[in-house]
Amino acid sequence: MKKIRFLILRRFIQLGILVTFFVCNYYAINFFNGNLNSSKVFWIIPMSDPLSIAQIFISGAISGIAIGSEAVIGLFVVLIIYGVFFGRGYCAFVCPMNMITDFANFLRRIFEFNTNKKLNISRKSKYGVLILSLVLSFILAVPAFDLISPISMLHRGIVFGMGFGIFGVLSVFLFDLFFVKNGFCGYICPLGATYSLIGKYSLLRVKHNKDKCTKCNKCIIICPEPQVLDLIGKRSGSINKIDCMKCARCIEVCDDNALKYGIFDFKNMRSKK
Amino acid sequence: MQEINKNRRNAILKTAQGIGIFAFSGLIWGAYVSKAKASSFSLRPPGAKEESEFLKLCIKCGRCVTFCPFDTLKLATPEDDVPTGTPYFTPRKIPCYMCVDVPCVPVCPTNALDEKLLNIVENDKEMMDIRNAKMGVAVVDIESCVAYWGIQCDACYRACPLIDEAIKLEYKQNDRTNKHSYLLPVVDSTKCTGCGLCEHACITKKAAIMVLPRDKALGSVDINYIKGWDKSDEARLNQTDKIAPKNSDDTNSVIDYLNSGDL
Repeated sequence: MKKIRFLILRRFIQLGILVTFFVCNYYAINFFNGNLNSSKVFWIIPMSDPLSIAQIFISGAISGIAIGSEAVIGLFVVLIIYGVFFGRGYCAFVCPMNMITDFANFLRRIFEFNTNKKLNISRKSKYGVLILSLVLSFILAVPAFDLISPISMLHRGIVFGMGFGIFGVLSVFLFDLFFVKNGFCGYICPLGATYSLIGKYSLLRVKHNKDKCTKCNKCIIICPEPQVLDLIGKRSGSINKIDCMKCARCIEVCDDNALKYGIFDFKNMRSKK
Repeated sequence: MQEINKNRRNAILKTAQGIGIFAFSGLIWGAYVSKAKASSFSLRPPGAKEESEFLKLCIKCGRCVTFCPFDTLKLATPEDDVPTGTPYFTPRKIPCYMCVDVPCVPVCPTNALDEKLLNIVENDKEMMDIRNAKMGVAVVDIESCVAYWGIQCDACYRACPLIDEAIKLEYKQNDRTNKHSYLLPVVDSTKCTGCGLCEHACITKKAAIMVLPRDKALGSVDINYIKGWDKSDEARLNQTDKIAPKNSDDTNSVIDYLNSGDL
């Protein structure tokens, strides 16, 4: 149980959000409205997806169309929540696609798919996709990623009816299962890239204690973005790489209590430079 | 020296490969998106901005769908002929019942559904009036409408919430029998809101009166034709000031060319 305590918490939050959205939208209750693209939660708090707003802004900015104030306030609410506190925690605790990709990973582990194959793609390519989605939004004057986003298809589908949106979700699942380990979240998803950038200075971090570490490598094997764990066994401090999802899988698998949740230590960041 | 060249060569190749992959996926992505937004033949909720602006603003949150009490609105899924995730309705299944308080519009967070497009001023107060909605326009197919055959049917006329305004009955003698009359439904496109209650009520197998998007079904007249007998239509002439002449920067000379004697 201790080994999956954060996993259970994450599934609880992810499913809880989806179920609340579904029930409240089905019965038109004001408590939770909308979906993860834009919503009004706890009756009054607006929230909107920063990437969607960025695309809407860029596609409408040419002709100077004004975006409704509620969506803009929602953007700032999200920027504060994730920019100050949780960073890319969105991916691990809220995004429903996380359940799909984690399931693909789980099957990969069980059936021991070969993961050693050398890949020529960079983990940074998700930032490229982010730029590409903004450029396409500008050129085509319509939010480009919103129209194909399998993440939206998934949560929108669960709340409002799936239809063939299930194909988008399945393709992500199959991509992660047969093509690239953590392929979608690690290499493609521009939404994850957005939250990474927003959370550059967010407070919640995973912290490493070098003195307790036995260099067993379990954390690096389980981590969906293993390049962020470059300090394991080398130095103590918080994981400052923006790609870290704060999913806490590393904390759970660590037998030596060398990893735990903590606060961004700004001192360490400066001294490193 | 040979080694360095090899490394540089690899680096350049890798960059080129990366750019190539991005260009490739960008082109496919762009092709899909531009196709998706072009194929839009969809009826939008009341108060929706003009289609291209609506597509720019809609954040696909589905709150208009949630607050529609009749389950009229749906969010498009990929198999629908509507850009994925945007709200639309199919009047033949469930029409818009034109709620007086228009619950779907004020909840829109991005103003893709704009209250201002529905507003009227009443008792010095701005308020929404659903009769200003322009969701689409009803079009009658006179070949399959049985009223045009001479059979009495006024289902659409009775169903219309703006009866005798948006749909009127035109009486005409039936020359075939010489003792009956036609009761022909005729749509006034300036009044019709496009709610689709007529399409819903139509008794034929596939509705003979159907709601189409206004930009697909209606034409528009340029200012070279003006109803001189209609004051409000003459107001369109003011647009000439905004149109720059093609060959000259001097707007007045173009407007007054008959008076100036330059001919």
